[in-house]
Amino acid sequence: MKRIWAFLPLLMIVVLGGFLGWGLNPNRDPSEIPSALVGKPLPEMVLPALAGIDNAGFVPADIAMHDLALVNVFASWCVPCRAEHGPLSELAAREGLALYGLNYRDQQADAVDWLNELGNPYLGIGHDEAGRAGIEWGISGVPETFILVRGTIVHRHVGPLVGEAATRPFLDALQKARMR
Amino acid sequence: MIRALMIICALASAAFAVEPDEILVDPVLEQRARDISANVRCVVCQNEPIDSSNSAIARDLRILIRERLVAGDTDNEVYTFLVDRYGSYILFRPPLNAATLPLWIGPFLILFFAIFGACFAFRNTERSPKKLSSEEEANLQRLRDEDNA
Repeated sequence: MKRIWAFLPLLMIVVLGGFLGWGLNPNRDPSEIPSALVGKPLPEMVLPALAGIDNAGFVPADIAMHDLALVNVFASWCVPCRAEHGPLSELAAREGLALYGLNYRDQQADAVDWLNELGNPYLGIGHDEAGRAGIEWGISGVPETFILVRGTIVHRHVGPLVGEAATRPFLDALQKARMR
Repeated sequence: MIRALMIICALASAAFAVEPDEILVDPVLEQRARDISANVRCVVCQNEPIDSSNSAIARDLRILIRERLVAGDTDNEVYTFLVDRYGSYILFRPPLNAATLPLWIGPFLILFFAIFGACFAFRNTERSPKKLSSEEEANLQRLRDEDNA
């Protein structure tokens, strides 16, 4: 019995060390918010179109038509969105994905100028002027990109899809989504 | 100069993120909205409640909470609405359920083990010294006698 107690300090070091090692892992982002909406359908909401552009707005049923769809939350005032726009357009074209846009807390004219300047890869764009749809979708900022399988959210990516580190987990999730 | 600085500091601490156009006319509802907002985490600046956060999304959430209260929601309905969208992460006081159980009872478990361990460690040292055997008693007596002699 006494012998077992002799291993207690070792056990404590292993437990504490494991916890601290977990905390030091550079790939862990402590500010990452676990998404409550993964596995759920998109909230029922009608997103109106932007005035001055051909794209229609959308409702969740439009997205549910597609086996695989992306919804990208963007705004003309958001600098990372600008950086992400090219690579994301390319990705959607290359993979043949239905890409929808959620224009978050933006002025219509600014958003239209932005799309005319950078190109418009979106099938449909919903305009969320008051940020209400953003809350319904549980977003914490822009840009964010959702992967949806037949209208159900399977993955949420926070931040711009630029660079290997950000793109890899997203592409992995996309690959998994294809299997469904 | 110092007095001016003190006044500035006093005024600064009175500056809230809640903007005048958000405040409800009904003081009871407004107080409930403030109490809820103080317990809701801002998802941008994560250690700040939305009540004192200046981010746009915090403002949206404050307005939304007030709208729901005006529409007749109970406090719990408002919290449920937020948790459905953001998870219990958004609450500063997480609910007690299977996932958060370690969080709630963990500190008490550690305290329990600490007390248990301390008792175990000090058990031997705190025991009162044994009485001398009759042989030792006799020896002691003999030594004392020798001293006195």
